[in-house]
Amino acid sequence: MNEAVALRDIVVQYDGFTALDGVTLTVKAGEAMGIVGPNGSGKSTLLKTVAGLLRPSSGRLAVLGSDPRSLPSGSIAYVPQIEHVDWSFPATVWDVVAMGRFPHKRAFSFFNARDRAAVERALDSLDILSLADRHIANLSGGQQQRTFVARALAQEPRLLLLDEPTTGVDAKTEDALRRVVRERVAGGLPVMMTTHDLEHVNEWFDRLVVLDRRILAEGTPREVVASGAYASIREHVHTHGHLRLDHEPHEHHAEHPEIRR
Amino acid sequence: MDALIAPFQYPFMQRAFAAALTVGILCSTMGTYVILRRLSFIGDGIAHASFAGIVIAYLNKMDYYIGASVVAVLTALGIGYVHRKGRISLDTTIGVLFTGAFALGVFLMSRQSSFAVDLESFLFGNILAVGARDLWLILGLSAAIAIAGMILWRPLLYTSFDPIVAQASGIDAERTEYILLTMLALTIIVSLQSVGIVLVAALLVTPAAAAYQLTERFVPMMTLSAVFGVLCSVGGLYLSYFLQSSSGATIVLLATIVFFISIAGKQLRVAARRRS
Repeated sequence: MNEAVALRDIVVQYDGFTALDGVTLTVKAGEAMGIVGPNGSGKSTLLKTVAGLLRPSSGRLAVLGSDPRSLPSGSIAYVPQIEHVDWSFPATVWDVVAMGRFPHKRAFSFFNARDRAAVERALDSLDILSLADRHIANLSGGQQQRTFVARALAQEPRLLLLDEPTTGVDAKTEDALRRVVRERVAGGLPVMMTTHDLEHVNEWFDRLVVLDRRILAEGTPREVVASGAYASIREHVHTHGHLRLDHEPHEHHAEHPEIRR
Repeated sequence: MDALIAPFQYPFMQRAFAAALTVGILCSTMGTYVILRRLSFIGDGIAHASFAGIVIAYLNKMDYYIGASVVAVLTALGIGYVHRKGRISLDTTIGVLFTGAFALGVFLMSRQSSFAVDLESFLFGNILAVGARDLWLILGLSAAIAIAGMILWRPLLYTSFDPIVAQASGIDAERTEYILLTMLALTIIVSLQSVGIVLVAALLVTPAAAAYQLTERFVPMMTLSAVFGVLCSVGGLYLSYFLQSSSGATIVLLATIVFFISIAGKQLRVAARRRS
């Protein structure tokens, strides 16, 4: 199966608001797809829909060949924006990354050598093995983000979804994240990632989508950069300093009934 | 020396200590999830709601435990359902449903010309009145909750920390929440006779809140919470024998003292860290 993700005419609505309006795209195995667009353009909604956290109102969605909610546990790893987590939770970096193994564990099963090896590999690949015993409240923003990406890698998923992992992180963290993602993609893992970083799309992605509730442009980063849609977003960034369109609501977990606590 | 072991000589006290030990461990370990999910209000809520079940059981000449359990579980599941489907905050949902259920109990009771249930023991607990049948019920329900907790500890932990990511990874966060709410409802029913409706929330919250001050990892927090729970419930009962005080109130007061000591311990630890 070469198509890891296939969306056809996907419409997602909540609170009377149409967040995605007829989105059609495919992501192949071993491909990194970048998603850029203004705030409120449906980038996070797109990832949540692929993750099975939101149900489309209409359209057809196949993730790894089936409905995302009926996939075997541990198939999809999703890294949301970091601010939604309780940082006072009693957990060290190791504890958080080890949670990535939980979807694979049965009741009463022990955390075995393979689990420990997966956690150590994930920590090591993001250069945070030395932080394993540190409480998560005592991490910098970049270290927090690496911890969450490490948890996703420890899960050994068949699809990786990253929601703006580079926002607010230092250059060292961004380099580490890019290196790790490109290594996994080279190994055949399909990756979908939203970003506001328009400067490095060539280094991150094999394909790029410009989204504003609909797909405005799609192709290789170079093709999309050459398109008018990408240029209009760049213009918006340069003019306003960010990508937010004020008439649209922020994308936020609390707006999605399916994913509230 | 004889005076110190005097409380253990009576069969009713032996049953009371066994009940205190069981309730202390159960409430304080379940309380870990209550604290981490910010559900502190739920113990109070479900305990009050179970009052309606007691009245309904009385009116239908049923076992009080069954009436209280059914209403407590239905209220807990209702809280989860209304919170998720109605998109209403959890504290608001708990507040609405528990007062509604409690009012139903008062309404039904007020329509009776006489009411022969010992309400005071349900409101404030009477651990000294725990009979052999009560003790077996407490042990049986506690064992069932403990087994469910052991089976589900990973989904419970993951969804307590990051329910959205857990759900995306294939763990059913919604089902896990409903199971946890059911476990909490049964925990509260188990504890009712020991500490009563009014004080059960304290046993659910205080030992775990004290442990939260002193630990930075989940398993040590749950373990320390269980230690505090046993210390307070068994110690409180023991003290109440000599002080000739209410056992439920003594248990909760001891837990409150442990909580403040743990806060002081945390301050000392932070200060020591700063110095080093």
